Amino acid sequence: MSLSNAFFAIIRRDLLLALRRRAEVANPLLFFILVITLFPLGIGAQPHLLQAIAPGIIWVSALLAAMLSLDSLFRSDFDDGSLEQILLSPHPASVLVLAKIIAHWLVTGLPLLIVAPLLAIFLGMPTHSLGILLLTLLLGTPVLSLIGAIGVALTVGLRRGGMILSLLVLPLYVPVLIFASNAVEIAGSGLPVDAQINILISILIMSFVLAPWPTAAALKMSIT
Amino acid sequence: MPTEPTIQLQAFNLSCIRDDRVLFEDLSFVLSAGQVLLLEGKNGSGKTSLLRILCGFREADTGQIKWRGDDLDDSEYYVDMAYVGHLDGVKKELTVLENLKVSLALGQAGQYSIQQALAKVHLAHFDDALVQTLSAGQKRRLSLARLLITKNSLWILDEPFTSLDIHGIATIESLMTEHCAQGGMIILTSHHDIDLPEVDVQRIRLS
Repeated sequence: MSLSNAFFAIIRRDLLLALRRRAEVANPLLFFILVITLFPLGIGAQPHLLQAIAPGIIWVSALLAAMLSLDSLFRSDFDDGSLEQILLSPHPASVLVLAKIIAHWLVTGLPLLIVAPLLAIFLGMPTHSLGILLLTLLLGTPVLSLIGAIGVALTVGLRRGGMILSLLVLPLYVPVLIFASNAVEIAGSGLPVDAQINILISILIMSFVLAPWPTAAALKMSIT
Repeated sequence: MPTEPTIQLQAFNLSCIRDDRVLFEDLSFVLSAGQVLLLEGKNGSGKTSLLRILCGFREADTGQIKWRGDDLDDSEYYVDMAYVGHLDGVKKELTVLENLKVSLALGQAGQYSIQQALAKVHLAHFDDALVQTLSAGQKRRLSLARLLITKNSLWILDEPFTSLDIHGIATIESLMTEHCAQGGMIILTSHHDIDLPEVDVQRIRLS
């Protein structure tokens, strides 16, 4: 009985489940691509305006895509009783929950990183800021999953938790949005962005260490 | 193998109040090695609530539960217990084998290997079948197989016989008898009358 065994078994299980439910997993990614492609159509032939707001467009879309994907984090486990079994395990629930969050990020956050450069070029973002865009997404999207997990854990027991979830979680996403899109914007004009990146790193480390506990506690409350 | 039955689980003055309605109060019992505790009572009498309190999913409104003399959180309780509830707790998109491997990783390896456990519950050739292709009774037997592959002395079962046929019920009853003969304990609710002639069965009637 080892904790790392249990940890990797949960990650493996969730990745396998994602593989068997591809349509559900592809939803947030498709949403991300669709929203971003709609902006040029809505704004019209103003490449400079588009270029100026590109970091914001990409980050807001990533935020909404992450929100959209959150419900799948605990929903099916809650419905079929697997969550009870996970929480009854002698291993610390927070570590097992962290495994679920990591698997969730691998399935819903990582694909955004892969398509984001393509969409950034499509919006006319200068190529020298692509690296920073990827870096902010790499640091920021795990935070979205980690913070979102607390919100889903609190609302998974409610019948219509969707609206409450967005109200709970979106305000907490704001710092990530501000620092990440600001970093990409500043990088576009060739200035250093160390400060923003450092803040994003600290937000990531903080939520990585602190988010699993309230998530596990909230899940225990939700299954009563 | 204990020769003297030793008290393992103690509950003192438990009560549960739900929406201003008292489901039960001043409920006390002790459970010793090799015993079965059968909770009886009509729907809504608090049987499932009591089981969920024993699982630590919710707090009793009053009272205490001790496992081998210690509070549940301070003891090895969660290593020693296993729960099969209303929900099967298996993923329908995974195969039988994949499901059991996850359960095994979450607990401590027990007496039987996965293959032996599947043979015990008559699912021997289903290891690569997706759970969504199984019938309700087969799913139930799969979730009961979980009890066999992990090491645990206390089984908490909520209506374990639901959707099982006569043959399935007999199988589970023989597994229960075997578990108790080895010093295990079982707390269960059931609408069916259980037939465990060799086992010391306590009954608590909730009203």
